[in-house]
Amino acid sequence: MELISLGIKSIFIDNMVFAYFLGMCSFLAVSKKVSTALGLGAAVIFVLTVTAPTNWLLNEFVLKEGALTWLGASFATVDLSFLRFIMFIAIIAAMVQLVEMVVEKFAPALYGALGIFLPLIAVNCAILGGSLFMAQRDYTLAEATVYGFGSGTGFFLAIVALAAIREKLKYSNVPSGLKGLGITMLLTGLMGIAFMSFMGIDL
Amino acid sequence: MSTETAQAEVKKPAEGLLSKRRKKFITDPLVDNNPITIQVLGICSALAVTTQMQPTLVMAISVIFVMVMANLTISLMRNTIPTRVRIIVQLAVVASLVTLVNELLKAFAFDMYKELSVFVGLIITNCIVMGRLEAFALGNKPYDSILDGFGSALGYSWIILAVAFFRELLGSGSVFGVQVYDAISGLFGEGFSLATNGLMVSPVGAFIILGLIIWVQRTKTGYVEH
Repeated sequence: MELISLGIKSIFIDNMVFAYFLGMCSFLAVSKKVSTALGLGAAVIFVLTVTAPTNWLLNEFVLKEGALTWLGASFATVDLSFLRFIMFIAIIAAMVQLVEMVVEKFAPALYGALGIFLPLIAVNCAILGGSLFMAQRDYTLAEATVYGFGSGTGFFLAIVALAAIREKLKYSNVPSGLKGLGITMLLTGLMGIAFMSFMGIDL
Repeated sequence: MSTETAQAEVKKPAEGLLSKRRKKFITDPLVDNNPITIQVLGICSALAVTTQMQPTLVMAISVIFVMVMANLTISLMRNTIPTRVRIIVQLAVVASLVTLVNELLKAFAFDMYKELSVFVGLIITNCIVMGRLEAFALGNKPYDSILDGFGSALGYSWIILAVAFFRELLGSGSVFGVQVYDAISGLFGEGFSLATNGLMVSPVGAFIILGLIIWVQRTKTGYVEH
Protein backbone atom coordinates (compact mmCIF):
# COMPACT_ATOMS: atom_id res chain seq x y z
CA MET A 1 0.00 0.00 0.00
CA GLU A 2 2.79 2.37 0.90
CA LEU A 3 4.50 1.55 -2.37
CA ILE A 4 1.38 2.45 -4.33
CA SER A 5 1.12 5.79 -2.60
CA LEU A 6 4.83 6.45 -3.23
CA GLY A 7 4.28 5.63 -6.89
CA ILE A 8 1.32 7.99 -7.20
CA LYS A 9 3.19 10.66 -5.29
CA SER A 10 6.18 10.48 -7.60
CA ILE A 11 3.99 10.59 -10.71
CA PHE A 12 1.72 13.49 -9.82
CA ILE A 13 2.79 15.41 -6.73
CA ASP A 14 6.59 15.24 -6.94
CA ASN A 15 6.52 15.35 -10.72
CA MET A 16 10.05 15.44 -12.11
CA VAL A 17 9.31 18.30 -14.48
CA PHE A 18 6.84 20.46 -12.62
CA ALA A 19 8.15 20.16 -9.07
CA TYR A 20 11.90 19.72 -9.58
CA PHE A 21 12.61 21.08 -13.08
CA LEU A 22 14.47 17.92 -13.99
CA GLY A 23 14.87 16.79 -17.57
CA MET A 24 13.91 20.23 -18.82
CA CYS A 25 16.37 20.21 -21.70
CA SER A 26 14.89 17.23 -23.47
CA PHE A 27 11.44 18.20 -22.21
CA LEU A 28 11.67 21.43 -24.21
CA ALA A 29 13.68 20.14 -27.14
CA VAL A 30 11.78 16.95 -27.96
CA SER A 31 8.21 18.10 -27.32
CA LYS A 32 7.43 19.39 -30.79
CA LYS A 33 5.66 16.22 -31.94
CA VAL A 34 3.60 13.72 -29.96
CA SER A 35 5.13 10.69 -31.67
CA THR A 36 8.72 11.55 -30.75
CA ALA A 37 7.64 12.63 -27.28
CA LEU A 38 6.05 9.19 -26.79
CA GLY A 39 9.33 7.52 -27.79
CA LEU A 40 11.47 9.61 -25.47
CA GLY A 41 8.98 9.27 -22.61
CA ALA A 42 8.94 5.49 -22.92
CA ALA A 43 12.73 5.36 -23.02
CA VAL A 44 12.97 7.53 -19.89
CA ILE A 45 10.51 5.33 -17.97
CA PHE A 46 12.56 2.30 -18.91
CA VAL A 47 15.97 3.72 -18.08
CA LEU A 48 14.81 5.24 -14.78
CA THR A 49 13.19 1.97 -13.70
CA VAL A 50 16.44 0.14 -14.41
CA THR A 51 18.98 2.67 -13.09
CA ALA A 52 17.27 3.55 -9.81
CA PRO A 53 17.53 0.02 -8.31
CA THR A 54 20.98 -0.50 -9.85
CA ASN A 55 22.30 2.67 -8.28
CA TRP A 56 20.57 1.71 -5.05
CA LEU A 57 22.55 -1.53 -4.95
CA LEU A 58 25.75 0.35 -5.77
CA ASN A 59 25.07 2.90 -3.06
CA GLU A 60 24.10 0.30 -0.47
CA PHE A 61 26.95 -2.13 -1.02
CA VAL A 62 29.83 0.06 -2.18
CA LEU A 63 29.47 3.78 -1.59
CA LYS A 64 27.67 4.36 1.72
CA GLU A 65 29.57 4.72 4.95
CA GLY A 66 30.20 1.21 6.21
CA ALA A 67 28.74 -0.31 3.07
CA LEU A 68 31.90 -2.27 2.36
CA THR A 69 31.62 -4.25 5.61
CA TRP A 70 30.88 -7.37 3.58
CA LEU A 71 34.50 -7.30 2.41
CA GLY A 72 35.79 -7.60 5.95
CA ALA A 73 35.60 -5.85 9.31
CA SER A 74 38.45 -3.47 8.48
CA PHE A 75 36.30 -1.83 5.77
CA ALA A 76 33.55 -0.86 8.21
CA THR A 77 34.67 2.76 8.44
CA VAL A 78 35.26 3.37 4.74
CA ASP A 79 33.02 6.10 3.35
CA LEU A 80 33.06 6.43 -0.41
CA SER A 81 29.99 8.63 -0.74
CA PHE A 82 32.07 11.42 -2.28
CA LEU A 83 32.38 9.17 -5.34
CA ARG A 84 28.62 9.12 -5.72
CA PHE A 85 28.37 11.50 -8.68
CA ILE A 86 31.01 9.78 -10.76
CA MET A 87 29.76 6.28 -10.02
CA PHE A 88 26.11 7.14 -10.63
CA ILE A 89 26.79 8.83 -13.95
CA ALA A 90 29.02 5.94 -14.99
CA ILE A 91 26.30 3.42 -14.15
CA ILE A 92 23.74 5.48 -16.03
CA ALA A 93 25.94 5.81 -19.12
CA ALA A 94 26.74 2.09 -19.04
CA MET A 95 23.09 1.16 -18.50
CA VAL A 96 21.96 3.32 -21.38
CA GLN A 97 24.58 1.72 -23.60
CA LEU A 98 23.46 -1.75 -22.49
CA VAL A 99 19.80 -0.99 -23.01
CA GLU A 100 20.62 0.37 -26.43
CA MET A 101 22.43 -2.81 -27.45
CA VAL A 102 19.71 -5.09 -26.08
CA VAL A 103 16.96 -3.14 -27.80
CA GLU A 104 18.90 -3.10 -31.05
CA LYS A 105 19.38 -6.86 -30.93
CA PHE A 106 15.93 -8.00 -29.83
CA ALA A 107 13.57 -5.22 -30.92
CA PRO A 108 14.97 -3.51 -34.00
CA ALA A 109 11.62 -1.82 -34.72
CA LEU A 110 11.58 -0.12 -31.33
CA TYR A 111 15.25 0.76 -31.77
CA GLY A 112 14.48 2.49 -35.02
CA ALA A 113 11.59 4.38 -33.42
CA LEU A 114 13.67 5.62 -30.47
CA GLY A 115 16.61 6.53 -32.68
CA ILE A 116 18.85 9.21 -31.22
CA PHE A 117 16.87 9.53 -27.98
CA LEU A 118 18.33 6.46 -26.30
CA PRO A 119 21.95 7.69 -26.16
CA LEU A 120 20.79 11.20 -25.27
CA ILE A 121 19.10 9.92 -22.14
CA ALA A 122 22.49 9.47 -20.48
CA VAL A 123 22.72 13.23 -20.04
CA ASN A 124 19.08 13.72 -19.08
CA CYS A 125 19.03 15.35 -15.64
CA ALA A 126 15.88 13.43 -14.69
CA ILE A 127 17.80 10.16 -14.65
CA LEU A 128 20.69 11.36 -12.49
CA GLY A 129 18.28 13.39 -10.36
CA GLY A 130 16.18 10.29 -9.75
CA SER A 131 19.20 8.38 -8.49
CA LEU A 132 20.42 11.27 -6.31
CA PHE A 133 17.00 11.81 -4.73
CA MET A 134 16.70 8.08 -4.15
CA ALA A 135 20.05 8.07 -2.30
CA GLN A 136 19.24 11.22 -0.35
CA ARG A 137 15.87 9.98 0.88
CA ASP A 138 17.14 6.57 2.04
CA TYR A 139 14.63 4.51 0.10
CA THR A 140 14.59 0.72 0.30
CA LEU A 141 15.22 -1.34 -2.83
CA ALA A 142 11.49 -1.78 -3.54
CA GLU A 143 10.82 1.88 -2.93
CA ALA A 144 13.70 2.87 -5.21
CA THR A 145 12.28 0.76 -8.04
CA VAL A 146 8.79 2.15 -7.60
CA TYR A 147 10.19 5.68 -7.34
CA GLY A 148 12.18 5.21 -10.55
CA PHE A 149 9.16 3.91 -12.41
CA GLY A 150 6.85 6.57 -10.96
CA SER A 151 9.06 9.54 -11.76
CA GLY A 152 9.66 8.15 -15.25
CA THR A 153 5.91 7.92 -15.75
CA GLY A 154 5.51 11.47 -14.47
CA PHE A 155 8.03 12.69 -17.05
CA PHE A 156 6.25 10.66 -19.75
CA LEU A 157 2.88 12.23 -18.93
CA ALA A 158 4.32 15.74 -18.84
CA ILE A 159 6.20 15.54 -22.14
CA VAL A 160 3.35 13.89 -24.04
CA ALA A 161 0.85 16.45 -22.74
CA LEU A 162 3.15 19.35 -23.65
CA ALA A 163 3.78 17.91 -27.13
CA ALA A 164 0.03 17.62 -27.71
CA ILE A 165 -0.50 21.25 -26.70
CA ARG A 166 2.39 22.44 -28.86
CA GLU A 167 0.99 20.60 -31.89
CA LYS A 168 -2.23 22.57 -31.49
CA LEU A 169 -0.29 25.74 -30.82
CA LYS A 170 1.07 25.74 -34.36
CA TYR A 171 -2.21 27.25 -35.51
CA SER A 172 -2.25 30.09 -33.00
CA ASN A 173 -0.93 33.58 -33.48
CA VAL A 174 1.84 33.92 -30.89
CA PRO A 175 3.79 37.22 -30.57
CA SER A 176 7.07 36.79 -32.43
CA GLY A 177 9.34 37.27 -29.40
CA LEU A 178 7.37 34.68 -27.49
CA LYS A 179 7.46 32.02 -30.21
CA GLY A 180 9.12 28.74 -29.38
CA LEU A 181 10.80 28.68 -26.00
CA GLY A 182 8.95 31.63 -24.46
CA ILE A 183 5.45 30.36 -24.96
CA THR A 184 6.56 26.85 -24.02
CA MET A 185 7.84 28.11 -20.66
CA LEU A 186 4.55 29.89 -19.98
CA LEU A 187 2.65 26.76 -21.01
CA THR A 188 4.76 24.65 -18.69
CA GLY A 189 3.95 27.10 -15.91
CA LEU A 190 0.23 26.76 -16.54
CA MET A 191 0.52 22.97 -16.66
CA GLY A 192 2.41 23.20 -13.38
CA ILE A 193 -0.54 25.02 -11.82
CA ALA A 194 -2.80 22.19 -12.98
CA PHE A 195 -0.46 19.62 -11.44
CA MET A 196 -0.37 21.63 -8.21
CA SER A 197 -3.99 20.69 -7.65
CA PHE A 198 -2.80 17.15 -6.87
CA MET A 199 -0.86 18.48 -3.91
CA GLY A 200 -3.82 18.36 -1.56
CA ILE A 201 -4.31 14.63 -2.07
CA ASP A 202 -3.50 12.78 1.10
CA LEU A 203 -2.41 9.21 0.48
CA MET B 1 47.73 41.24 -13.07
CA SER B 2 50.37 43.20 -14.94
CA THR B 3 52.91 40.36 -14.97
CA GLU B 4 50.29 37.94 -16.26
CA THR B 5 49.44 40.29 -19.06
CA ALA B 6 53.07 40.70 -19.95
CA GLN B 7 53.66 36.95 -20.07
CA ALA B 8 50.68 36.25 -22.25
CA GLU B 9 51.71 39.01 -24.60
CA VAL B 10 55.16 37.56 -24.92
CA LYS B 11 53.75 34.15 -25.71
CA LYS B 12 51.25 35.42 -28.23
CA PRO B 13 52.68 38.54 -29.77
CA ALA B 14 50.27 38.31 -32.66
CA GLU B 15 47.11 38.69 -30.61
CA GLY B 16 46.31 40.77 -27.52
CA LEU B 17 45.09 39.18 -24.32
CA LEU B 18 41.65 40.62 -24.89
CA SER B 19 41.53 41.20 -28.61
CA LYS B 20 38.26 41.96 -30.32
CA ARG B 21 37.78 38.34 -31.32
CA ARG B 22 38.34 37.17 -27.75
CA LYS B 23 36.08 39.79 -26.24
CA LYS B 24 33.34 38.34 -28.39
CA PHE B 25 33.70 34.99 -26.61
CA ILE B 26 32.64 36.69 -23.42
CA THR B 27 30.11 39.23 -24.66
CA ASP B 28 28.33 37.05 -27.19
CA PRO B 29 26.74 34.60 -24.76
CA LEU B 30 25.53 37.45 -22.54
CA VAL B 31 22.81 38.66 -24.88
CA ASP B 32 22.91 37.69 -28.54
CA ASN B 33 23.68 34.04 -28.05
CA ASN B 34 22.56 33.50 -24.48
CA PRO B 35 22.74 29.82 -23.51
CA ILE B 36 19.39 29.86 -21.71
CA THR B 37 17.19 32.23 -23.65
CA ILE B 38 18.48 31.61 -27.18
CA GLN B 39 20.08 28.18 -27.21
CA VAL B 40 17.63 26.59 -24.72
CA LEU B 41 20.34 24.81 -22.74
CA GLY B 42 20.89 24.21 -19.06
CA ILE B 43 17.41 24.96 -17.83
CA CYS B 44 17.35 21.72 -15.86
CA SER B 45 19.42 22.68 -12.86
CA ALA B 46 18.88 26.40 -13.22
CA LEU B 47 15.35 26.94 -12.04
CA ALA B 48 15.15 24.81 -8.95
CA VAL B 49 17.53 26.97 -6.91
CA THR B 50 16.11 30.35 -7.87
CA THR B 51 13.60 30.89 -5.05
CA GLN B 52 16.23 32.95 -3.19
CA MET B 53 19.10 35.11 -4.42
CA GLN B 54 21.76 33.64 -2.16
CA PRO B 55 21.68 29.97 -3.21
CA THR B 56 21.37 31.18 -6.78
CA LEU B 57 24.59 33.14 -6.44
CA VAL B 58 26.36 30.09 -5.02
CA MET B 59 25.00 28.00 -7.87
CA ALA B 60 26.15 30.59 -10.42
CA ILE B 61 29.66 30.69 -8.98
CA SER B 62 29.82 26.88 -8.96
CA VAL B 63 28.77 26.71 -12.59
CA ILE B 64 31.31 29.38 -13.60
CA PHE B 65 34.06 27.42 -11.83
CA VAL B 66 33.05 24.08 -13.31
CA MET B 67 32.69 25.45 -16.83
CA VAL B 68 35.99 27.31 -16.90
CA MET B 69 37.92 24.39 -15.45
CA ALA B 70 36.19 21.78 -17.60
CA ASN B 71 36.75 23.81 -20.76
CA LEU B 72 40.41 24.24 -19.85
CA THR B 73 40.92 20.55 -19.05
CA ILE B 74 39.19 19.23 -22.14
CA SER B 75 40.94 21.80 -24.32
CA LEU B 76 44.34 20.67 -22.97
CA MET B 77 43.45 17.05 -23.67
CA ARG B 78 41.70 17.66 -26.97
CA ASN B 79 44.36 16.05 -29.14
CA THR B 80 44.56 12.88 -27.08
CA ILE B 81 40.87 12.08 -26.64
CA PRO B 82 39.61 9.45 -29.09
CA THR B 83 36.41 10.68 -30.74
CA ARG B 84 34.41 7.57 -29.90
CA VAL B 85 34.77 7.82 -26.13
CA ARG B 86 34.75 11.61 -25.84
CA ILE B 87 31.35 11.79 -24.13
CA ILE B 88 32.51 9.50 -21.33
CA VAL B 89 35.75 11.47 -20.96
CA GLN B 90 33.81 14.73 -20.77
CA LEU B 91 31.40 13.28 -18.22
CA ALA B 92 34.29 12.03 -16.11
CA VAL B 93 36.02 15.42 -16.13
CA VAL B 94 32.84 17.32 -15.31
CA ALA B 95 31.82 14.84 -12.63
CA SER B 96 35.22 15.16 -10.91
CA LEU B 97 34.98 18.94 -10.91
CA VAL B 98 31.44 18.87 -9.56
CA THR B 99 32.50 16.46 -6.83
CA LEU B 100 35.18 18.97 -5.90
CA VAL B 101 32.65 21.80 -5.69
CA ASN B 102 30.30 19.61 -3.68
CA GLU B 103 32.97 18.67 -1.15
CA LEU B 104 34.08 22.31 -0.84
CA LEU B 105 30.51 23.41 -0.15
CA LYS B 106 30.07 20.61 2.36
CA ALA B 107 33.21 21.72 4.19
CA PHE B 108 32.87 25.50 4.13
CA ALA B 109 29.18 26.28 3.61
CA PHE B 110 27.21 23.44 5.07
CA ASP B 111 23.89 25.33 5.21
CA MET B 112 24.19 26.14 1.54
CA TYR B 113 25.11 22.52 0.82
CA LYS B 114 21.91 21.38 2.55
CA GLU B 115 19.82 23.90 0.68
CA LEU B 116 21.16 23.13 -2.77
CA SER B 117 21.00 19.37 -2.05
CA VAL B 118 21.08 17.37 -5.26
CA PHE B 119 21.19 20.35 -7.57
CA VAL B 120 24.94 20.83 -7.28
CA GLY B 121 25.30 17.25 -8.49
CA LEU B 122 23.03 18.00 -11.38
CA ILE B 123 25.58 20.46 -12.80
CA ILE B 124 27.07 17.28 -14.29
CA THR B 125 24.12 16.91 -16.60
CA ASN B 126 23.84 20.64 -17.24
CA CYS B 127 23.63 20.77 -21.01
CA ILE B 128 25.53 24.08 -21.21
CA VAL B 129 28.67 22.48 -19.82
CA MET B 130 28.49 19.48 -22.14
CA GLY B 131 27.45 21.66 -25.04
CA ARG B 132 30.43 24.03 -24.75
CA LEU B 133 32.87 21.15 -24.24
CA GLU B 134 31.54 19.46 -27.33
CA ALA B 135 31.18 22.54 -29.50
CA PHE B 136 34.17 24.62 -28.43
CA ALA B 137 36.76 23.13 -26.12
CA LEU B 138 37.33 20.07 -28.30
CA GLY B 139 38.56 22.22 -31.15
CA ASN B 140 40.17 25.31 -29.64
CA LYS B 141 43.21 26.45 -27.69
CA PRO B 142 43.10 26.45 -23.85
CA TYR B 143 43.03 30.22 -23.34
CA ASP B 144 40.21 30.75 -25.83
CA SER B 145 38.32 27.89 -24.22
CA ILE B 146 38.62 29.48 -20.78
CA LEU B 147 37.16 32.72 -22.14
CA ASP B 148 34.39 30.86 -23.91
CA GLY B 149 33.48 28.87 -20.80
CA PHE B 150 33.53 32.02 -18.69
CA GLY B 151 31.31 33.87 -21.14
CA SER B 152 28.71 31.13 -21.40
CA ALA B 153 28.65 30.65 -17.64
CA LEU B 154 28.17 34.41 -17.17
CA GLY B 155 25.30 34.38 -19.64
CA TYR B 156 23.73 31.57 -17.64
CA SER B 157 24.42 33.30 -14.33
CA TRP B 158 22.79 36.61 -15.09
CA ILE B 159 19.62 34.92 -16.30
CA ILE B 160 19.23 32.76 -13.19
CA LEU B 161 20.08 35.75 -10.98
CA ALA B 162 17.41 37.81 -12.75
CA VAL B 163 14.86 35.02 -12.28
CA ALA B 164 15.86 34.71 -8.61
CA PHE B 165 15.60 38.47 -8.10
CA PHE B 166 11.99 38.60 -9.25
CA ARG B 167 11.02 35.38 -7.52
CA GLU B 168 12.48 36.44 -4.20
CA LEU B 169 11.15 39.99 -4.43
CA LEU B 170 7.61 39.04 -5.42
CA GLY B 171 7.46 35.74 -3.54
CA SER B 172 9.11 36.56 -0.23
CA GLY B 173 9.29 40.35 -0.41
CA SER B 174 13.05 40.43 0.04
CA VAL B 175 16.32 40.73 -1.87
CA PHE B 176 19.33 38.70 -0.68
CA GLY B 177 17.37 37.99 2.50
CA VAL B 178 16.84 41.71 3.24
CA GLN B 179 13.17 42.48 3.71
CA VAL B 180 12.20 45.09 1.12
CA TYR B 181 8.44 44.86 1.42
CA ASP B 182 8.51 45.53 5.17
CA ALA B 183 10.69 48.59 4.64
CA ILE B 184 8.33 49.96 1.99
CA SER B 185 5.32 49.28 4.20
CA GLY B 186 7.08 51.09 7.01
CA LEU B 187 7.36 54.24 4.90
CA PHE B 188 3.61 54.47 4.51
CA GLY B 189 2.85 53.90 8.18
CA GLU B 190 0.28 51.65 9.86
CA GLY B 191 -2.31 49.79 7.88
CA PHE B 192 -0.28 49.67 4.67
CA SER B 193 1.25 46.39 3.65
CA LEU B 194 2.34 44.69 0.46
CA ALA B 195 1.17 41.13 -0.11
CA THR B 196 3.65 38.51 -1.27
CA ASN B 197 2.71 36.18 -4.09
CA GLY B 198 2.95 32.54 -3.01
CA LEU B 199 2.90 31.36 -6.61
CA MET B 200 6.34 32.88 -7.18
CA VAL B 201 7.91 30.63 -4.57
CA SER B 202 6.46 27.53 -6.24
CA PRO B 203 8.03 26.09 -9.41
CA VAL B 204 5.25 27.66 -11.48
CA GLY B 205 6.61 31.13 -10.73
CA ALA B 206 10.01 30.16 -12.15
CA PHE B 207 8.53 28.98 -15.44
CA ILE B 208 6.43 32.10 -15.87
CA ILE B 209 9.19 34.55 -14.89
CA LEU B 210 11.64 32.84 -17.22
CA GLY B 211 9.07 32.85 -20.03
CA LEU B 212 8.59 36.59 -19.57
CA ILE B 213 12.34 37.29 -19.42
CA ILE B 214 12.78 35.34 -22.64
CA TRP B 215 9.97 37.36 -24.23
CA VAL B 216 11.53 40.70 -23.25
CA GLN B 217 15.02 39.61 -24.24
CA ARG B 218 14.03 38.18 -27.60
CA THR B 219 11.92 41.19 -28.44
CA LYS B 220 14.95 43.38 -27.78
CA THR B 221 17.38 41.30 -29.80
CA GLY B 222 14.82 40.57 -32.51
CA TYR B 223 15.47 36.84 -32.38
CA VAL B 224 12.57 34.77 -33.70
CA GLU B 225 12.35 30.99 -33.41
CA HIS B 226 10.78 29.06 -36.26
